[in-house]
Amino acid sequence: MADLIKLTTPLDDAAVAQLKAGDQVSISGVLYTARDVAHKRLVDTLDAGKPLPFDMTGQVIYYVGPSPAKPGQVIGSAGPTTSYRMDLYAERLMEVGMKGMIGKGMRDKKVVDAMKKHKCVYFAAIGGAAALIARSIKAAEVIAYDDLGPEAVRRLVVEDFRAVVINDVNGNDLYEIGKAQYRKAK
Amino acid sequence: MRTIHADIIAKAVKEMVIKANTDLGADVVAAFEKGLKDEASPVGQAVFKTLIKNAEIAATEQAPICQDTGMAVFFVELGQDVHIEGALLQEAIDEGVRQGYAEGYLRKSICDPFTRVNTKDNTPSVVLVEMVKGDKLKITAAPKGGGSENMSRLTMLAPSAGKKGIVDFVVKRCEEAGSNPCPPVIVGVGIGGSAEKCMTNAKKALLRKIGAPNPDKELAELEAEMLEKINALGMGPQGLGGLVYAMAVHIEKHPCHIASLPVAVNICCHASRHKEATL
Repeated sequence: MADLIKLTTPLDDAAVAQLKAGDQVSISGVLYTARDVAHKRLVDTLDAGKPLPFDMTGQVIYYVGPSPAKPGQVIGSAGPTTSYRMDLYAERLMEVGMKGMIGKGMRDKKVVDAMKKHKCVYFAAIGGAAALIARSIKAAEVIAYDDLGPEAVRRLVVEDFRAVVINDVNGNDLYEIGKAQYRKAK
Repeated sequence: MRTIHADIIAKAVKEMVIKANTDLGADVVAAFEKGLKDEASPVGQAVFKTLIKNAEIAATEQAPICQDTGMAVFFVELGQDVHIEGALLQEAIDEGVRQGYAEGYLRKSICDPFTRVNTKDNTPSVVLVEMVKGDKLKITAAPKGGGSENMSRLTMLAPSAGKKGIVDFVVKRCEEAGSNPCPPVIVGVGIGGSAEKCMTNAKKALLRKIGAPNPDKELAELEAEMLEKINALGMGPQGLGGLVYAMAVHIEKHPCHIASLPVAVNICCHASRHKEATL
């Protein structure tokens, strides 16, 4: 496997542009969480001309709804949720500076095209490896939409959060590349 | 007639949902070990190693294997000579879910389909009851995550489609599902029945221990054929490319109408969580 690339958030265009589909990355810094309903609220906020609950410039959004933290824990288990449900909202967030998304599963072509246009990357974390992933999360705080429970927007501080680049800014797709390499079916 | 109090049922359910969500079955871990051996892709091998490590951490720390601790689904075999007192069966099971998801720090993932407002206690659960002989009550907890459940499909084939039509539908469904349902997966397939019976059977098929052969030889052969064709697509663990997208295909068959050939697919992610109790 390829060498591990260390990334520190927030990301700029240069950091994003160097990444290629298939690169293994270790992310440290701040991630913001958002999933279905939170995305709708973020986009509705933008459409209403109001400010977002956090500055999106250079940020990486992690699609996750964690389990509740036990006493003394920072966060409960916290693996990625399936990304296509956020496809409808992704480009709108890229327009205001989002540089990365972490989830699992394939994205719509429109999102991949938008990533090329706005210089944004899509990473996958290992779906279901949630107890392990939680160990790389060092701090967690709900910063918006507390009423949504697991779907609230959280500010996470992560260290050595492992992910792989699925879609890079050149339109490459690791799911397609990997599948083609091992395909036996005609 | 034997009487079982609702409180006994609630207590058993509470313990089962916590255990199911934190302690992955030995058959699933064994399937990871087998997958690690069978997988040629280095990235795929790394995925299996990660899943084995994750299962160890979850069991040691009593932490949820996956943050999505699922919709609480129960398969119940209710003896005809059992009388339940104190509450309805659904209420007793929901009470166990309420307690288990709170005490086990499990995620509450159930909401109104329109408003999306969370019920905050992971109820109501889905309770599928089958009446059987005897005076026992057997409950199998099968919490199911949304990501893999979203990949479910039902089709009503023409009888002329035959076995080839069934295999083609199942393989195509897996290819379309791709990386979404958290592969390596177990593919549950219902064949025959009415529409709802077919889908219930697809989910029920997931309860079988991974690797346990189907007792019906014809179905066992069909399972092997589907597994080979699904894995030949090259999608691999997590859809990142490789040889082991599916660890098993499990089929449940039921007689159907002369006009119909229903086929249902219910995919289970690698966190195949089941626990049972007999009261």
